[in-house]
Amino acid sequence: MRPFDYQRPDTLSGAHGAARDGATFIAGGTNLIDLMKLEVMAPDTLVDISRLGLDRIEPHGDGLHVGATVTNSDLAADLRIRRDYPVLARALLAGASGQLRNKATTGGNLLQRTRCPYFYDTATPCNKRRPGSGCAAFGGEMRNHAVLGTSEHCLALHPSDMAVAMRALDATVELEGADGTRRETALDDFYRLPGDRPDRETTLSAGDLITGVILPAPFGGRQTYRKVRDRASYAFALVSVAATVRMENDLISNVALAFGGIGTRPWRDHDVEDLLTGEAPTTALFEKAGDILMKDAVLREGLEFKDTLVRRLLTATLTEMTQ
Amino acid sequence: MTFDLKIDEPHPDHRADGLTQSVLGHDNDRPDGWLKVAGSATYAAEEQADDMLHGFLVRAPKVGAVSCPNLEQVRAMHGVRSVLRDRRMIRNAAQGTANEAPVQGVDQAAYVGQPIALVVADSFEQARHAAQALVVSVEEDDVPVLPDAVEPEEPEDKKTEIGDLDRAMSEAAFRIDAVYTTPSMVSAAMEPHAATAHWDGETLTLRGSLQMLKFNRNELADSVGLDPANVRVLAPYVGGGFGSKLGISADCVAAALAAMELGQPVRVVQHRRNVFEVNTRRSETRQHIRLAADAEGRLTGLGHEALVSNLPDEEFSEPVIQGSHFAYAAANRTLGMKIARIHRSAAGSVRAPGESVGVTAFEVAMDELAQAAGVDPVDLRVRNIPEKDPESGKPFSSHRLEAALRQGADAFGWSHRHATPRQQREGEWWIGTGMAAAFRVNMVIEAEARINLTRDGATVMSDMTDIGTGSYAIFGQIAAELLGLPLDRVEVQLGDTRFPPGSGSGGSFGAASTGTAVWLAGMEIRKQIADRLGCSEAELTLQDGMATYANKRASLRDLLSHEPITGHGHVEPGEAAEKVRQATFGAHFAEVAVSDVTGEVRVRRMLGSFAAGRILNPRTARSQCHGGMTWGIGMALTEELTHDRRDGHAVNRDLAGYHLPVNADVPPFEVHFVEELDDWAGPTQAKGIGELGICGAGASILNAVYNACGARVRDMPATPDRVLAALPS
Repeated sequence: MRPFDYQRPDTLSGAHGAARDGATFIAGGTNLIDLMKLEVMAPDTLVDISRLGLDRIEPHGDGLHVGATVTNSDLAADLRIRRDYPVLARALLAGASGQLRNKATTGGNLLQRTRCPYFYDTATPCNKRRPGSGCAAFGGEMRNHAVLGTSEHCLALHPSDMAVAMRALDATVELEGADGTRRETALDDFYRLPGDRPDRETTLSAGDLITGVILPAPFGGRQTYRKVRDRASYAFALVSVAATVRMENDLISNVALAFGGIGTRPWRDHDVEDLLTGEAPTTALFEKAGDILMKDAVLREGLEFKDTLVRRLLTATLTEMTQ
Repeated sequence: MTFDLKIDEPHPDHRADGLTQSVLGHDNDRPDGWLKVAGSATYAAEEQADDMLHGFLVRAPKVGAVSCPNLEQVRAMHGVRSVLRDRRMIRNAAQGTANEAPVQGVDQAAYVGQPIALVVADSFEQARHAAQALVVSVEEDDVPVLPDAVEPEEPEDKKTEIGDLDRAMSEAAFRIDAVYTTPSMVSAAMEPHAATAHWDGETLTLRGSLQMLKFNRNELADSVGLDPANVRVLAPYVGGGFGSKLGISADCVAAALAAMELGQPVRVVQHRRNVFEVNTRRSETRQHIRLAADAEGRLTGLGHEALVSNLPDEEFSEPVIQGSHFAYAAANRTLGMKIARIHRSAAGSVRAPGESVGVTAFEVAMDELAQAAGVDPVDLRVRNIPEKDPESGKPFSSHRLEAALRQGADAFGWSHRHATPRQQREGEWWIGTGMAAAFRVNMVIEAEARINLTRDGATVMSDMTDIGTGSYAIFGQIAAELLGLPLDRVEVQLGDTRFPPGSGSGGSFGAASTGTAVWLAGMEIRKQIADRLGCSEAELTLQDGMATYANKRASLRDLLSHEPITGHGHVEPGEAAEKVRQATFGAHFAEVAVSDVTGEVRVRRMLGSFAAGRILNPRTARSQCHGGMTWGIGMALTEELTHDRRDGHAVNRDLAGYHLPVNADVPPFEVHFVEELDDWAGPTQAKGIGELGICGAGASILNAVYNACGARVRDMPATPDRVLAALPS
């Protein structure tokens, strides 16, 4: 860990003032501190945003505004979340461990880095860690890697459970720029694909601070989050699915599906939803949905199982949700 | 006075049963338990000193010749006191009982992750930062890292060829011929390896996290070039070892060298990522198992041939076939080992080396035979119990496998199971049960202990360690029972080479070895008390601080008013090992649920039934079994140290990537002890329990997976992808 400055401003403008070049905002730090210890990240300054009053969940139109520093534990336990956005509560509780969820925050969770082991190993090349140095995962041990959205430069997975559920919920990220201007970005537009710059993971600009996440009016219907992992707790998803479904006259009237464990970003494919909408639920339909979802998947050695697993999970989940 | 005992003969005199203090064999608290819960039991890294310096190990990023071009710049960094590149630093942890330095050197990295420097600074943070700034250049060697990439050694002395297995296979009514694999695994003890070294110009004092101090002292002395008489090693509390702390590790030697160079105490704690590389791993194994059986399922032949790996110059090889030599009768037998010399991190002892993986694979094969022959898996094991050691012809010292199997089956409710797979389902979950037998060799090694009896009570001393197993508890119980003292008047002091050399903790031999030394020391004191009272030791009753013989009665306080009594116990293995085959036996039962959608496995309950001689303390024994069974879950379902196929480095070298079973993976356990007193085990009739619980535990789970859903997984761990691939369509 390199020596660094630490500042803990009390106001948003103070936070922006402290955030010079080479500074990084820190909230729960559950990922950032690990990365700093390994010198995968080495900011000059940490600007602690835990005292900015961003830790509230408040009504926002017909939906909710979730402050950036609301912890994963608090968010999962909030009655409104449990009642109106159960897919999100379930996703949160499927992630990490109790101790980590007590520290990890909403904004921080969105920005957590991949768990590709080569990203964490400074003795190996990594285009995400050092652009242009190469990718050690290619030809190495690939099991917890992506099959969708990859490029020849990077196939690192986005590890979040929370963000998968938020993507299914059409959440919006609220940002404040360095000059204090606020704007909103749909989660669909928040994450970039790796392309030839896997180090650029989001559409955030320098100095942007996530101030909250806006959840739209409750979707209702049936909701679930299902995660497949190597052990019962504290393991990243091999594959996961966030699903919200509404049925009308035995037809699927509205459906949103997002996936973890398969994409370089929380994965959502509107073509899959278009196929399902207005249709009667059948196994054949769900299997076709799997075909569409995986049509562009690149199943590199060691990752073939994800194709089988995500299709089975998708079919089983939709079957349960539409019965 | 010393009571010496060589175990040459059985000890049919069950003296422990005639003693009246009633603490031995009882469910007593661990005296160290409260200290650990309260945080007042300190560990190696918690040693305090005002002028403490901090060392951080630097690892080789590749295999080959190493140089550090910016060493002088790093030496000049803020707070840095030294950058050691000392050729006495060790390549990897010493093997258990090595008693001498392991391979040393920093100029040539034999595996990725080898420590090649120690940066010492005023603070831990400065040391770590400087260590990360040190540039390590490697002239890369092209070395093999895959077990299949080399022609393996095939040692003659590990080969057993009896009868004609090929013929037995061709004539068999039922046969199994399959290959099973297990991956590299690590101990992953909760306390990382750590050492704090003090040097006073003459004597080196090292507070370490170690299992076998009498050997560790010699290993350390040899490594740094000191007379062992000038080296003292302490390890009063150890946060788990599981074999990874049998021998000294890189932290010990590096801390010692730095303290000697700088004249200040130096602490070196291995980073969790070092722990996965520097200390010995359990070798991956590939096991070819063949079983030939007659129409009733009686084995006519068995084959167990295994490929394992290790670094060049390491003597240890995972003794995969150790249990197969005596587990089952079969006239035709082919057993053998192959050792691939490759450049992954060093392999060594990890909890129950040999049987943990060997019995597990073999017991899956036995399940396959039971299925093929249509014989109940419990009956199949019983049917194949040998009357004597199937290879040497020696009698067994005691053999309670059948009792363990039958009693375990009854307690588990085995008779209610479905004999064929895919019979029980709850929603998407297939439910099934499985079982496996457990086998583990039993060992006694030389050990000494001393007891001082004063008016205030007794003090037991040995350099034996308690690595979380209950040594403190059971030695106190043995002494209290023999000396007729309440437990709170017995103090046990362990983990200091100034005390008599015990066995150390390893190979499950601590309780029976050092425990016997404590017993002998207690007996020696009983003799002296009997002398003072004018009777023989056997005529003496000691209870609640009173000595009684016939109508004479005296308190120990009065008897000891002028002269405390010291007793010294010394036990050595003797001819018993030549005369009989001694082992511990057991049976595992498991119930699992397997998702038909995802292949995820959830263990719903487990029961272990174990015969390990006299149980000195049911609570600590049960805890050991719980630990072993939890390891079985890891072996069957979650644990795999992944090596990069190009340079062999450990890819998932932290506790997030290396999946130990967590609380949510561990179901309710039941442990049953079979009554057994093994007279060949010495005067306590107790055998080792620590490792038995892991041997075969994973097989009961894998066999339950098969019984649940029909997926036979032969490559461990059975992660969801592997279960899905094996699911019948």
